[in-house]
Amino acid sequence: MSDLTRLTIAEARAALDAKEFTSLELTDAYLAAMEAHRDLNAYILETPEKAREMARASDERIAAGKAGALEGIPLGIKDLFATEGVLTQACSHILDGFKPPYESTVTANLWRDGAVMLGKLNMDEFAMGSSNETSYYGPVKNPWKAKGDNKDLVPGGSSGGSAAAVAARLCAGATATDTGGSIRQPAAFTGTVGIKPTYGRCSRWGIVAFASSLDQAGPISRDVRDCAIMLKSMASVDPKDTTSVDIEVPDYEAVMGKSVKGMKIGVPAEYRVDGMPADIEALWQKGIAWLKDAGAEVIDISLPHTKYALPAYYIVAPAEASSNLARYDGVRYGLRVPGEDIVSMYENTRAEGFGPEVRRRIMIGTYVLSAGYYDAYYVKAQKVRTLIKRDFETVFADGVDAILTPATPTAAFGLADQDMASDPVKMYLNDIFTVTVNMAGLPGIAVPAGLDGKGLPLGLQLIGKPFDETTLFQLAHVIEQQAGRFSPEI
Amino acid sequence: MSVDQATVRRIARLARIRISDNEVPKLEGELNRILDWIELLGEVDTANVEPMTSVVSMQMRKREDAVTDGGYPERVTANAPQSDDNFFMVPKVVE
Repeated sequence: MSDLTRLTIAEARAALDAKEFTSLELTDAYLAAMEAHRDLNAYILETPEKAREMARASDERIAAGKAGALEGIPLGIKDLFATEGVLTQACSHILDGFKPPYESTVTANLWRDGAVMLGKLNMDEFAMGSSNETSYYGPVKNPWKAKGDNKDLVPGGSSGGSAAAVAARLCAGATATDTGGSIRQPAAFTGTVGIKPTYGRCSRWGIVAFASSLDQAGPISRDVRDCAIMLKSMASVDPKDTTSVDIEVPDYEAVMGKSVKGMKIGVPAEYRVDGMPADIEALWQKGIAWLKDAGAEVIDISLPHTKYALPAYYIVAPAEASSNLARYDGVRYGLRVPGEDIVSMYENTRAEGFGPEVRRRIMIGTYVLSAGYYDAYYVKAQKVRTLIKRDFETVFADGVDAILTPATPTAAFGLADQDMASDPVKMYLNDIFTVTVNMAGLPGIAVPAGLDGKGLPLGLQLIGKPFDETTLFQLAHVIEQQAGRFSPEI
Repeated sequence: MSVDQATVRRIARLARIRISDNEVPKLEGELNRILDWIELLGEVDTANVEPMTSVVSMQMRKREDAVTDGGYPERVTANAPQSDDNFFMVPKVVE
């Protein structure tokens, strides 16, 4: 039974088609795995009844020859996605008990294509974090551990539950979101593949909003092919999201194995940061060599405003969050803490309902948008954003097809790391390689590329042109072929 | 730029988040740590640069101004901490 969970989405799909087993059997195998690994705390809500119901419906469709693209495939759903009638709380106390009477467009697309929902996955509260330690429901443990060390490690964040569940084979694939790196960084920390598509590729309707100009949904999966399969289903233009773009969704899977000969890959000097571990530099060089071997041309490029992306992000994202999270006031849903008047009710509810990281970001956001500071901070940061995007546009106009960088500045670090806890900025620096991509609205994929000296996974990132996820999948597949697959001992 | 304790209290008021007296110094420190780091942006010459208002260059799509949804107030108020007759109930707002 447990062997069924070793199959990728592509393999399971083929086996279901060949009637080797049923979706119900596959789903039961995953439900058993979830129960056996509750210690990871990847799932904050298991939905076994619903999963079995959906699996049976999938089996009927398969038998009738009406299988969809993801028919019968069991997936985990990040708690940020509204799932009709099923708890959706963004792992925050302030959304206690919220059951949406509607389904997010992205998950609706997955169910339309026949996928099965196993449950809701843990995450940093309101997607704010890089270690999944800000969740109201407790941290997630990375299924990976350093060689000879029993210390629990973080899976990364905010999509820590999604990445841990995929790596530990507690689902065939998972949905996630990325605002500053929340798909790519946890994917890199867990040896999984994660893509943040171009802003506007997937609909944001029904996804609890953090920073509306940066948020984007995407899949985390075990390999590049599965990632391509999932994105094809997730992506769509949506009249309910006016920032979604009406561009045809290509058959991403079709480019697996296609040659990358003649592609121009840029390596940006500014991504080589002070104190970068030798392991990561070495991995980056390996990635360059693999792409050269595959016939790509690798050139040095410059993205001069790189180092300003993270501070600019920590103005823009909190500003947008302070606006988006104003709705959590105890009136229409979630937690309500009584007060002697309406303002006290708001203040008490929000004080008790939000965790410290969320409160910190709302306060920064409120400050930078307040009278007298708006121009100095928010407008300034939006101008820097234009320059960051222009850096990329210049390089792409020069003929570069994609950019290769490390995904993270380190491998997964320890839970409750004192160093990280002592200074909020230290935690923010985890996103140093990923945040530029959200600021520019470009697509970015993290693909596992090797293990560090302690046996922990490291990932490489490829950044692409707008709506050119196809090229990213093609290149990531080449890296994957050379690097191999990585699984934790579980 | 940095904030003092009075500003921290003002921000908390604007954000409608109650903070206790003993939380103020810690918050002051954390916010100043972040604001200090953000000062780095002062190095960037942004004269003659337009602020980015949209990541993707596009015109906002419009739709017909027609009612296409609604008529189920019980579903809308189903998650309310307190509701009555399909209204959201709150402490008195107007004296």
